[in-house]
Amino acid sequence: MQEALLEVKQLKKHFPIEGGVLKQQVGTVKAVDGVSFKLHKGETFGLVGESGCGKSTTGRMLMRLLEPSEGEVLFNGENILSLNKSKMRQLRKDIQMVFQDPFASLNPRHTVEKIIEEPLIVHGLGNKSERKKRVKELLDIVGLSPYHARRYPHQFSGGQRQRIGIARALAVNPKLIIADEPVSALDVSIQAQVLNLLEDLQKELGLTYLFIAHDLGVVRHISDRVGVMYLGRVVEMADSEKLYLEPKHPYTQALLSAVPVPDPEYGKDRVILSGDVPSPAKPPSGCPFHTRCPKAMDVCSSVVPEFREVEQGHYTACHLYEEDQV
Amino acid sequence: MEQPVLNVSGLETHFFTDDGEIPAVDSVDFHVNKGEVLGIVGESGSGKSVTSLSIMQLISAPGKVVGGEISYKGENLLLKSEKQMRKIRGNEIGMIFQEPMTSLNPVFKIGNQLVEGIRIHKKWNKKDSWAHAIKFLKLVGLPRAEELMNEYPHQLSGGMRQRVMIAMAMACEPDVLIADEPTTALDVTIQAQILELMKRLNNETNTSIIMITHDLGVVAEMCDRIVVMYSGKIVEQGTTKEIFESPKHPYTIGLIESVPDVRSRKERLYSIPGNVPKPGSIKTGCHFAPRCKFAFDKCFEETPELMDAGQGQLARCWLHEDKEKAALLEKVES
Repeated sequence: MQEALLEVKQLKKHFPIEGGVLKQQVGTVKAVDGVSFKLHKGETFGLVGESGCGKSTTGRMLMRLLEPSEGEVLFNGENILSLNKSKMRQLRKDIQMVFQDPFASLNPRHTVEKIIEEPLIVHGLGNKSERKKRVKELLDIVGLSPYHARRYPHQFSGGQRQRIGIARALAVNPKLIIADEPVSALDVSIQAQVLNLLEDLQKELGLTYLFIAHDLGVVRHISDRVGVMYLGRVVEMADSEKLYLEPKHPYTQALLSAVPVPDPEYGKDRVILSGDVPSPAKPPSGCPFHTRCPKAMDVCSSVVPEFREVEQGHYTACHLYEEDQV
Repeated sequence: MEQPVLNVSGLETHFFTDDGEIPAVDSVDFHVNKGEVLGIVGESGSGKSVTSLSIMQLISAPGKVVGGEISYKGENLLLKSEKQMRKIRGNEIGMIFQEPMTSLNPVFKIGNQLVEGIRIHKKWNKKDSWAHAIKFLKLVGLPRAEELMNEYPHQLSGGMRQRVMIAMAMACEPDVLIADEPTTALDVTIQAQILELMKRLNNETNTSIIMITHDLGVVAEMCDRIVVMYSGKIVEQGTTKEIFESPKHPYTIGLIESVPDVRSRKERLYSIPGNVPKPGSIKTGCHFAPRCKFAFDKCFEETPELMDAGQGQLARCWLHEDKEKAALLEKVES
C-alpha cells in the first residue's frame, strides 16, 4: 500500500448568495460538494473538468486560501483545517502553489531575485548570502541564468515567467505542489518545455503534484491518476491509462470524445452533449449530469449516485454501474 | 479551374512604434476557394490575427497595411474607400471574434444587435429583418429563439453567446467567414458543439471559412488546407492531410510533436527550445533558425523563400533546396 501524503475527505465549499436590501441569504452556490481523494507520495494526480466545476476552488482550499465549509484535509495524517494561523504558515512550506497566469502572479515591481527570495525570508531560511546563493541555484534548476536575477518580470516571456513561478514554489523545498492550470496560458511549443521541466523536477526532487487543468491531453501526459469533476463533484477517478482507455462515466466519455485530435485521418464517433453546464446555484436533483446525459434513466433524476469502486482502483458515480453490483 | 474567392498576395502589415517599424505580417500569400475551409495556424505573435484584420481593413494606428494586394472576387480591397469597405464587411466577408463576452454590446438586446446588422447590410424593413434573425438563431441551434431576441448578452452562457455571434455573422450571408479563434474561450464540450455547427453551415451554405487558431486539433478536424505562420511569415502551406502526415518545415514538425495527445501517452514530449521571437527582432536569415536543430550557416545569413517540398506542399526552409538535406527531415519523422 502506497503512503498517502494528502487525503481529502468530503470537502465542501458553499458560497452564500445574498439578496435584497437586508443582504439575507437567498441561496447557496455549491462550488465544491463533497470531494474526496488521496495523493500518494511522488505521484501526480490530475484534476480535470470544465470551467465552473470546482477544480480550482478545491486546489485553493487545500492551501486554505479559501476556508472549506465542511470536510477534512489530512496532510501526513494531520488535519490541516484545525491548525491555527501560524501553524498553517509553517505548513505552507510543505505545500506550494504554481498559478495559471504568469503575468498576474508575479509582482511587477520586484526583481526576480526578490520574488524568489521572498518565501525564504517569510519562512526564515538562511542568511542573506545563503539566500542569494539559493536563488541562483533555483534559477539554474528551472533553466534560467543567474544574470536573470536582477531583471523584472516584464522582461520575460510567458514561458520564462512560468519558470520563475516554479522556482518560487520550489524555494522552500516543498513536498507537494499544487499547480493550477500552469500551462494553459502558454503557446504549444512553450507548454511542452514547462511540462518536461515539471516532470524532471518531480524525478529529481521526489515531488508530489496536484495538477489542475482543463486540457485533457496535458493531464493524460503528466498524471499517474486522474479525477474528473463535474458541478462540484468528482464523477470518476482512476489510473490515467485506465481512465482514458475505458472511461466509465458518460460525462468522461463525452468529454474525451469532444477533444479535437491533431490527426485528420482519425475517425471517431463523437458524443456531442447538448446544452450547457447547469448553474451550481441550482444544481439538478439526483445525478448532477442527468440533464445532459445521453444514457440517463429514470432513477438518475431523483437519486444521487454513490461514488464507488467499480473495478480495482476505478471509481465512478453513476447508476449505470450499480446494477452490476446487484 | 475556378478562381479563388479571396486571394492575398504579398501582404505587408507593419506597426510603426517607438522602437521602429515592426513587420507583423511579412509578404504573406494565400488564397481561399469557394466552399473551402482554410486554417491559419500559429503561436502568439505569429501574425495570424493581424492577417485577418488586414483583410477586413480593421488595422488601426500604429499599424498599417503597407503593401500587397487582397483580391476579393477580382477586386483589390486595399484600393476601396472606407465607405465601400463598410458594404463589404459583414455583407461579403463576415468575422467572428475570439471573445464572445466582449464582442456583444452589453446594453442592447440580442435582437436589436442582430437586426441592426441585417438592416444595414440587406436594407430590409424591421419586420423582415426580425424574422430573418430568428431564422438564423434557430439555424445555429439555439433553443427559444423568439425569447432570446428580447434578452441581454449577460443572460446567455459563453457557448450561447458564441452561437449568437455566428448567427450574426451568418445572417448577412457572407461568401467568406473569418473566424479568429472562435472556440478558444470555450470548454471542450461546447467547442465540439460550435465546430460541428460551423462544419454544418459550411456544407449547407457553401461559405468559405478562414479558421484562425493555435489549436492543431481544431485545424485537423475542420480544415481542408493549412497555412502555418511563424514570426510574421508563412513557413508552410499544404493540404491538411499532407501537413499532418508529413510536415516539411522543422517548425511544423516540432509543433505537431509537442502537442500532448489524448489518445496515447508519449514517454516525453518533444519541445522546441527557446522562445517565440518578438516580431521584427530577427533581421537576417530564417526566423526559425535560432530554435531549429537542423540550422546550418546559410539559415542565419539568407532568408529562405517558400520552396516546393513535393506534392504541392510549400515550405520556407533551406533544407528543401536539395534532396539530400530534405531527407534529414524524413529521418526524424520515422
